[in-house]
Amino acid sequence: MSLQQAKPPLPSNDKRWKLVNATMRRNGYADHALIETLHSVQDAFGFLDEGSLRFVAASLDLPLSKVYGVATFYHLFTLKPKGRHACVVCTGTACYIKGAGGLVERLQERYDINPGETTEDDRLSLLTARCVGACGLAPAIVIDGDVLGKLDSESLIAKLEELT
Amino acid sequence: MNLDDLADLAEQYRAIDANVEREVRVCMAASCQSSGAAPVRDALVAGLGESQPSCKVKGVGCMGLCSAGPLVSIADRDGSLEESTIYRDVTADDAADIIASLDGPPVERLRCPTDQPFFARQQKIVLENAGIIDPDSFKGYVAVGGYSALIRALSEMTPADVLREVTDSGLRGRGGGGYPTGLKWSTVAKMPATQKYVICNADEGDPGAFMDRAILESDPHRVIEGMAIAAYAIGANKAYVYVRAEYPLAVERLQTAIRKAKRSGFLGNKIGDTQFSLEVEIRLGAGAFVCGEETALMASIEGLRGQPRPRPPYPAESGLWGYPTLINNVETFANIAPIVREGGDWFASIGTERSKGTKVFALAGTITNTGLIEVPMGTSLRDIIEVIGGGIPGGKAFKAVQTGGPSGGCIPAQHLDIAVDYDSLKTLGTMMGSGGMIVMDETSSMVDVARYFMEFCMTESCGKCVPCRTGTQQMHGILDRLAKSQATRAELALLEELCEVVQATSLCGLGQTAPNPVLSTMRYFRDEYEAKLGDA
Ligand SMILES: Cc1cc2nc3c(=O)[nH]c(=O)nc-3n(C[C@H](O)[C@H](O)[C@H](O)COP(=O)(O)O)c2cc1C
Ligand code: SF4
Ligand code: FES
Ligand code: FES
Repeated sequence: MSLQQAKPPLPSNDKRWKLVNATMRRNGYADHALIETLHSVQDAFGFLDEGSLRFVAASLDLPLSKVYGVATFYHLFTLKPKGRHACVVCTGTACYIKGAGGLVERLQERYDINPGETTEDDRLSLLTARCVGACGLAPAIVIDGDVLGKLDSESLIAKLEELT
Repeated sequence: MNLDDLADLAEQYRAIDANVEREVRVCMAASCQSSGAAPVRDALVAGLGESQPSCKVKGVGCMGLCSAGPLVSIADRDGSLEESTIYRDVTADDAADIIASLDGPPVERLRCPTDQPFFARQQKIVLENAGIIDPDSFKGYVAVGGYSALIRALSEMTPADVLREVTDSGLRGRGGGGYPTGLKWSTVAKMPATQKYVICNADEGDPGAFMDRAILESDPHRVIEGMAIAAYAIGANKAYVYVRAEYPLAVERLQTAIRKAKRSGFLGNKIGDTQFSLEVEIRLGAGAFVCGEETALMASIEGLRGQPRPRPPYPAESGLWGYPTLINNVETFANIAPIVREGGDWFASIGTERSKGTKVFALAGTITNTGLIEVPMGTSLRDIIEVIGGGIPGGKAFKAVQTGGPSGGCIPAQHLDIAVDYDSLKTLGTMMGSGGMIVMDETSSMVDVARYFMEFCMTESCGKCVPCRTGTQQMHGILDRLAKSQATRAELALLEELCEVVQATSLCGLGQTAPNPVLSTMRYFRDEYEAKLGDA
């Protein structure tokens, strides 16, 4: 447990900050709770903006540069807001062999975005991942957290079009 | 608690379902859930209602044939997978037919024969409970003899006895390198320190591998029991499981298992009324392949960027926060309870001279039966791919099987008769790795495959050392030009030279093995490289 030191005020009244705070408190505000804390910020807000990085740095008594360094090192953390829906195409080996590359190209064409980008209307973010562990269903796609398998590009686009 | 008390407890838990004669088991592991297992289970529960109290619907872990999911099996209460009737590609609409058939012949149109080699040729140690027990049920685990190995170790064995059994078993680490587990445990046990740690490496970063995921989702208590036995043997009282955030279901089941084990006194303070205590905590990865490397993983647990550091010192000497640390893979820990239960000699009687026991493999790519299998070490590749895996679909010819992920290589048809173990695969220029096998048919280009893996290593390089950071980039550039038929013979020679340099001078295993897919494809498919030369 660290000494009781003055904690920075929550960045806003948004209730989600309480969740973030709870994660830090559970870990005794130890510096090794940084990654857990960033996970909880991203779970709550969808991405890590500058304000949240500053808040976490101050709360855990860490230099901002270190917090930034960690946040940018790990692929799962994103500093940009995502769209309302996220479509993650697995590009692991099994999915690659079963044509994941073609799926990504088709989506790039259809929505005019590259992996890591979001459509202009904020509706859809296209992402890639390295094996989601459902290789038996290759090519595997994760839409808003649900894993779907064995899709071809047309049925995938049909699914995406159904999203509001 | 002693072994008799535990046996009584198991009997008590078995009695809860004494009236159940038959079980309708629905695979609720991730792959089958993605194919719609939950609605199937709900339809079966609703359809069966109270009509047949002697028959119970139960959610279970992975049955192995994941590509045919959702899978449902009908078994006698203690029946094994092979003894049961298995249905494949089940939908909620099939529930009525399945229920109606319970008193008569099985539903032929859904049937997946269990006498086929995929089921019949396996030997299960690690996966003995997978597809049979409910992974969320603590009572279910105890009822099949769970935690008896831990209690035996604590009540009847000294730490030295445990170390001896594990050493005698000949078990080698399943995380890739194949380092002898007994030796690793003994090294940490010998370290004089008040604080020691146990870490379970559940990062499973190899694309195309899902063994660890399936083990955690099917039998999480088994992994915890193995970790607790390890902690007792080496003298640790704190353990971490480092799991990928990409495996939410595995994380959830592990959390449930830890909570229930703790509540029942199998984790926490004074386990089994002995002086031994153990806290287990989960740490989530954040999507960096290099964090599977042990020193990077520990940096990540400490809240830092997951960058490897030079070894020695090895974690056994100076690991987490500088304390002696034992780090093993999920499957390694899952082998421990049976070794303590049946004895090291029993385990050593399975497998080959220098690779003991069984190995879980994930079959993926262009192969008929995609999924998870467990076979004795030394089973031939041909048996695994053609017999158990059912060969290549669509009348295509086999071209190569990729093993060992980004650290491994491709094995061509002429070597299919090799007996799979750690050492034999190395002679072919590849590795066992964690057990992912990706089968490729004649349509795959080996230059493309090499480029694919180099792209992987390039983007996953942590950037700490120059040979890996820029070497992989250079190699990827050449492979890309090759794939587009733009590279010259001189560039091909440069590529070979780069392979040697990166292999010899990189700091960690990622860079040291990154050239392997290139070297192995060049070794067996040189003609494809030649054919792609721009100045040929
Ligand atoms: C780049 C890299 C990635 C690795 N990824 C994993 C992994 O995902 N899971 C794993 O168990 N071991 C992985 N390893 C091996 C670990 O460093 C370590 O050797 C292993 O966890 C030890 O466990 P074992 O003795 O039970 O095999 C990786 C190694 C390297 C160099
Ligand atoms: S070899 Fe690559 S991954 Fe390993 S430390 Fe060096 S740069 Fe990082
Ligand atoms: S390679 Fe795509 S899920 Fe494993
Ligand atoms: S996930 Fe259901 S059989 Fe593997």
